[in-house]
Amino acid sequence: MSSRSSDQAAAAAAKADRRADAAAARSARDDAGHDPMRPSDHVDSTAPAEATGGPRLGPIGWLRFAWRQLTSMRTAIVLLLMLALAAVPGSLVPQRSSDPNGVIAVRDANPDLVWLYDALQLHDVYTSPWFSAIVILLLVSLVGCVIPRMRHHWAAMRSRPPRTPARLSRLVGFQTVPGDAADVERAEGVLKRLGYRTERYADSVSAERGYLRETGNLVFHGSIVVIVVAIVAGSGFGFQSQRLVVEGEGFSLAGASLDTLTTGQFVSADDLPAFGVHLDELDVVYETENPDAIGQPIDFTAFVEVTEDGETHPGQIRVNEPLQVQGSDLYLISNGYAPEVTVTNAEGTVVFDEIVPFLAGEDPNMSSLGVIKLPDGLAEQVGLQGFFYPSAAQLDTGAYASYFPDVLNPLLTLQVYTGDLGLDSGVPQSVYQLDTEDMTQVAGRDAPEPPLLIGPGETVDLPDGLGTISFDGVRRYAVIDVHRDVTQGWVLAGAIALVAGLLASLLIPRRRLWVKATDAGLEVAGLARGEDPRLESAVDDLARRLRGDDDAPAARQGDGRASPGAADASDEPPSTGEPAGDPRA
Amino acid sequence: MPDVSWDSYSLLAVYSSMAVYAIAFIAFAFDVARRRDPEEQRAHERELVTAGGGSAPTTTAPATTARPARRNLAKVGFALTVLAWVLHAAGTVMRGIAAERVPWANMYEFALTSIAIIVGIFVFVQLWRDLRFLGVYITGLATVFLGVATVNFYVSPTPLPPALQSYWLVIHVFVAALGTGFFALGSGLSILQLLRSRASGLAFVDRLPGASALEDLSYRVSVIGFIFWTFTLIAGAVWAEHAWGRYWGWDTKEVWTFVIWVVYAGYVHARATRGWRGTRSAWLQLIGFAAILFNFTIVNVFFKGLHTYSGLE
Repeated sequence: MSSRSSDQAAAAAAKADRRADAAAARSARDDAGHDPMRPSDHVDSTAPAEATGGPRLGPIGWLRFAWRQLTSMRTAIVLLLMLALAAVPGSLVPQRSSDPNGVIAVRDANPDLVWLYDALQLHDVYTSPWFSAIVILLLVSLVGCVIPRMRHHWAAMRSRPPRTPARLSRLVGFQTVPGDAADVERAEGVLKRLGYRTERYADSVSAERGYLRETGNLVFHGSIVVIVVAIVAGSGFGFQSQRLVVEGEGFSLAGASLDTLTTGQFVSADDLPAFGVHLDELDVVYETENPDAIGQPIDFTAFVEVTEDGETHPGQIRVNEPLQVQGSDLYLISNGYAPEVTVTNAEGTVVFDEIVPFLAGEDPNMSSLGVIKLPDGLAEQVGLQGFFYPSAAQLDTGAYASYFPDVLNPLLTLQVYTGDLGLDSGVPQSVYQLDTEDMTQVAGRDAPEPPLLIGPGETVDLPDGLGTISFDGVRRYAVIDVHRDVTQGWVLAGAIALVAGLLASLLIPRRRLWVKATDAGLEVAGLARGEDPRLESAVDDLARRLRGDDDAPAARQGDGRASPGAADASDEPPSTGEPAGDPRA
Repeated sequence: MPDVSWDSYSLLAVYSSMAVYAIAFIAFAFDVARRRDPEEQRAHERELVTAGGGSAPTTTAPATTARPARRNLAKVGFALTVLAWVLHAAGTVMRGIAAERVPWANMYEFALTSIAIIVGIFVFVQLWRDLRFLGVYITGLATVFLGVATVNFYVSPTPLPPALQSYWLVIHVFVAALGTGFFALGSGLSILQLLRSRASGLAFVDRLPGASALEDLSYRVSVIGFIFWTFTLIAGAVWAEHAWGRYWGWDTKEVWTFVIWVVYAGYVHARATRGWRGTRSAWLQLIGFAAILFNFTIVNVFFKGLHTYSGLE
């Protein structure tokens, strides 16, 4: 088959389809062959005969027409490309699900565009109706395509190989080997040993193999449906929660004790597993020798004690090794420092004695930002805001920075505000943020007094004789994520089936071979059903076996392998898997 | 403790391989640029006549054994490519020795390894098919990408951060590099297919296999890439579940891996659909490979996400 003529046929077919003329499309189907992912005798989505009378198309006809359009391969390709394109904006604009801080930053930076982000749901691309619409259309198209194919494949699996075509000479790899009708029996044996399903027709044998190709194809598409359904179902039955826990402290999975809790539609806070987690120690190792990587984290290990059913047992959580408890997984998400701070008032009474987590930002050396709110006990409401440096060093500008992420030279620097903390306004406040709108800075960069600098074990005076503050020590904290995803096993099973199906559908050739006794000898030829670049060599191989000389070199050239030393590949294209037409026609 | 001297040997080998790739590229380029021989000219005219007549062209590529001297340039180019690849592979292995782990844990190392895989596939695929006509493309790609990698992405070897300490690093990233290698070869074939599908009048283009043969080759190579890419996607999801507590979170790198997978899924379907075979499916192949390059360069460097392992600051 020449490359150019097949290109012309394809071009002609495309043109015919554009006119949406059912008759032309039908003949194009016969001319241009089948699509290689499907059996050659599969009926693609060309309009049915009853749809040809355009004007007389009733509502059911139109529905059927629309359904066939939707489930056609051409629509599937367009939908796939739309899906690829639709996924891109979510990587350009921060998403609420993966980067909530980025969302806030973008909206603050572009207040004029906020309406556009909201109108197009650019911060929730992957749950937006327009993205979901493409996914749903694609799934419907897929199901509508796969179900008829399953029916067709089921029938094909149970049927015998088809009648031998009248003229084998039109088919791929046609050749004649010596032999007569008595050898057809032997030929059938050879084909059976090669794994073909065979059927005798008079003086010929018809053979087919590779049914697993279409099975794999259907498994591949079916497992996509399984994966999507499992993902959707999983979001309804799972939960996800987070908790920041300081060394020496613990939490239980009762909702009130968690920092965040998201539950699926069918899960209530009462359904959470009943266990408690106590963080004994968070062990962190930093690189200290490699000059190019000083301070790079090497290992995080959280040593915990898990309490369930009244019993306590130890456990470990590491970054790539979550801990599983009662079907839920515990992950180590991040870490930081929590200085222990005590505040006494002017009378010497302790008004605050807590371990305060400071949040590490982007700084690899862990300089961390924290807030202490003192609403009661002092002469007025006091807010403290400042940094914790695990290894403090003073810069030339006078400011401090951390030069190493581990605790070598800890320092707390705090700015002091007095006034109204705004806690009584009823608006919920973050414990990590200080609203300074109604407060005055009394110590810090914008105040007459410098910020407080407190080393470990030190006590310094608060401004205006308010009292004293001491930095008693520092502990690490871990942020632990607890979640349950009941369907992720299904997703994994779907993914494994998907790979298996993909391998079968792309690598197993589906082909028919025929051996027919004629006056000239045994005629041998093959037909590809789908991509089958090695069909010719398969026919050659069969011919060799029938001749009885397995080791002889190929009698015909063009087994698809360029001879060594030839610089240009053979111009003869390997079989494109396009048969000249259905041999039974 | 990483050994600095191994890393400098590695760099030396990589720089040498770049130089040899460049010379191989020149040899291949001269081979491509050579003019039509008289015999070839006659074949070309015959082909034009038959094509004009509407009948199937029956010309085959002129037997190359007839002019062994002329084809020496391609042989020289290929021999140099093999030499450069050996140097390149040695440099990659030495980088792994220097870092005491697999040499694909940051952007520089991934570039080093994946380009070695691209060229390696090109070298070994010759055992199956003579695809030396891709030499210009492959050696050009290798020279430019290695140059960009050493100049822009180089970082000294550092230990693995905790998130990368997993056997999935070995599997997931290596399979991604394998997939990239097959896609790279496939897009070279698709570019040639596009050149071949229109009358160019260029001697080099006319010397190539037919457009439909190139399309078949590109498809067969790209399908292997697609299988590896599917595996990369799934292995990545399994690893993400271990490391980050969810198997899929639409992280920027996940988004682009998905986009690439969907584009190539479209490509595989296009091959099986009337009106999408030929030029259109070749363009899809190229869009897919462009997305891979975009994912590796722009997404790595400029996009914010969890896959921040480029090692660049």
